[in-house]
Amino acid sequence: MSRKLLIEHAEVPGITSFETYRKHGGYASVEKALKTMSPEEVVEEVKKSGLRGRGGAGFPTGMKWSFLAKPEGVERHLVCNADESEPGTFKDRYLMEKLPHLLIEGMITSSYALGARRSYIYIRGEFMYVLRILEKAIAEAYANGMLGKNILGSGYDLDLVVTPGGGAYICGEETALLESLEGKRGNPRMKPPFPAVKGLWGNPTVVNNVESIAAVVPIVNEGGEAYAKIGIERSTGTKLISASGNLVRPGVYEIELGLSVEEFIYGDNYCRGVANGKKLKACIPGGSSVPILPHYLVTKTAAGTDRLMTYESLADGGFASGSMLGSGGFIVFDEDQCIVRNTWNFARFYAHESCGQCSPCREGTGWMEKVL
Amino acid sequence: MKADHPQAVNEAPIEFSANTMAEMNRVIGLFPEGKQKSAILSVLHLVQDEFGWVSVGAMNRVAQILGIQPIEVYEVATFYTMFHLDPVGKNVLEVCRTGPCQLVGSDDLITYIEEKLDIKVGETTKDGMFTLKTVECLGACGYGPMLMCKYQFYERLNKEKVNEMLDAMREASNS
Repeated sequence: MSRKLLIEHAEVPGITSFETYRKHGGYASVEKALKTMSPEEVVEEVKKSGLRGRGGAGFPTGMKWSFLAKPEGVERHLVCNADESEPGTFKDRYLMEKLPHLLIEGMITSSYALGARRSYIYIRGEFMYVLRILEKAIAEAYANGMLGKNILGSGYDLDLVVTPGGGAYICGEETALLESLEGKRGNPRMKPPFPAVKGLWGNPTVVNNVESIAAVVPIVNEGGEAYAKIGIERSTGTKLISASGNLVRPGVYEIELGLSVEEFIYGDNYCRGVANGKKLKACIPGGSSVPILPHYLVTKTAAGTDRLMTYESLADGGFASGSMLGSGGFIVFDEDQCIVRNTWNFARFYAHESCGQCSPCREGTGWMEKVL
Repeated sequence: MKADHPQAVNEAPIEFSANTMAEMNRVIGLFPEGKQKSAILSVLHLVQDEFGWVSVGAMNRVAQILGIQPIEVYEVATFYTMFHLDPVGKNVLEVCRTGPCQLVGSDDLITYIEEKLDIKVGETTKDGMFTLKTVECLGACGYGPMLMCKYQFYERLNKEKVNEMLDAMREASNS
């Protein structure tokens, strides 16, 4: 069984309250960072950890942080991407619903590292009940001196706001998200400038996924090197996997990167195999945007080695015989499913969700739907 | 009159309840001075919570409240799919139709609800009780098939659960 760094306490009764969360070691990373570390030292630990963005792109988080421009007298922001809109992905909802204080703790520690004094959680509008859970937790954090002025006597001030989207897949793209957060249509921005230079309201901004921000908590608590020891090569630490489709036990699992795909699909601690005794036909391992793998390429690569749950192994074979870890949206198809039908379904999704700004997507997704 | 109609701007702004106004002021106050427009999605959700849908009159009032042009509200309200720009039933059933839910039976669920309520997707029952819509992925893929109504998720649905759910909604809307 994998170590759990994020959701170990998810099922503890009352863990959504500040008091219970604190009793289980919560907010230790805030104390450690604000009292004993400089912001640069926190960034350094995140770099050492090898943490890669958990929203799908897999870009090294520490490097993203180090790109943040720091001009004198200009405000900076950390924005949490809780738009979770990639089909097959529902891990962030689980994390926020069960452990709202973990995200808030990660936001405080990360904001401190970046020198942000006004940070935002942008959550998809359909998760309004999760927004209410977060609002309550934020109010508790203020009441207990973890947010607001002079946090823990450190002289560091932070305001944290959670705000909803309105139903638009594209707002999971970071510049579209920033447009939306400014109260506009979610049309992505031309890059450069990147958000690290000109982001929210033109200020330098880092946008990170919920799970990436939560992972900063164990990284600061245990050190970046300890985190990097988990996993294989450039896939370090643990990852939340959203398992859906035709499985005996779909749901959210925290795995150590490097677990075999075989074990994840069939293991007793994980999905326990394909539902109703059927055979595996195919798998989309990283959310609907990544390539689908036929059954003979799911647990083995084309070269015949074991396929592992890592960024590298899932991509082994490129787009010809590999796929991507992406957001960890792991969708499993049984032998009765029609791949053409499901591909058409996803093509319809992309046609529906195209923001219409760029012609390849606006025209292309519509044609893909019609052709299929 | 719809927001994309040239005369839309002439529709008189409508007033919101004191509760809605208080909540609007709270969410607008979450953003720094001069950045009130950032609260627009929160504000539109509040409008829809009060009226069930977002009319042009309501959008014109939102523009006044946020100190922006009406067109800035229309362009946002028409972009985001959660906002209903036409009147809807008391309970809007939004069934997820995307891939992962389709694998576990969302097509059958949609057909069942259509038959049960004797309406097609996009229609409202004659008594105004239910509107049926299909939506794209709601982020509940491991718990499908599912639907959302009034921000509540109804998951791992089967015929029995749908029957119970519809009865409960009917009762709640009549009381």
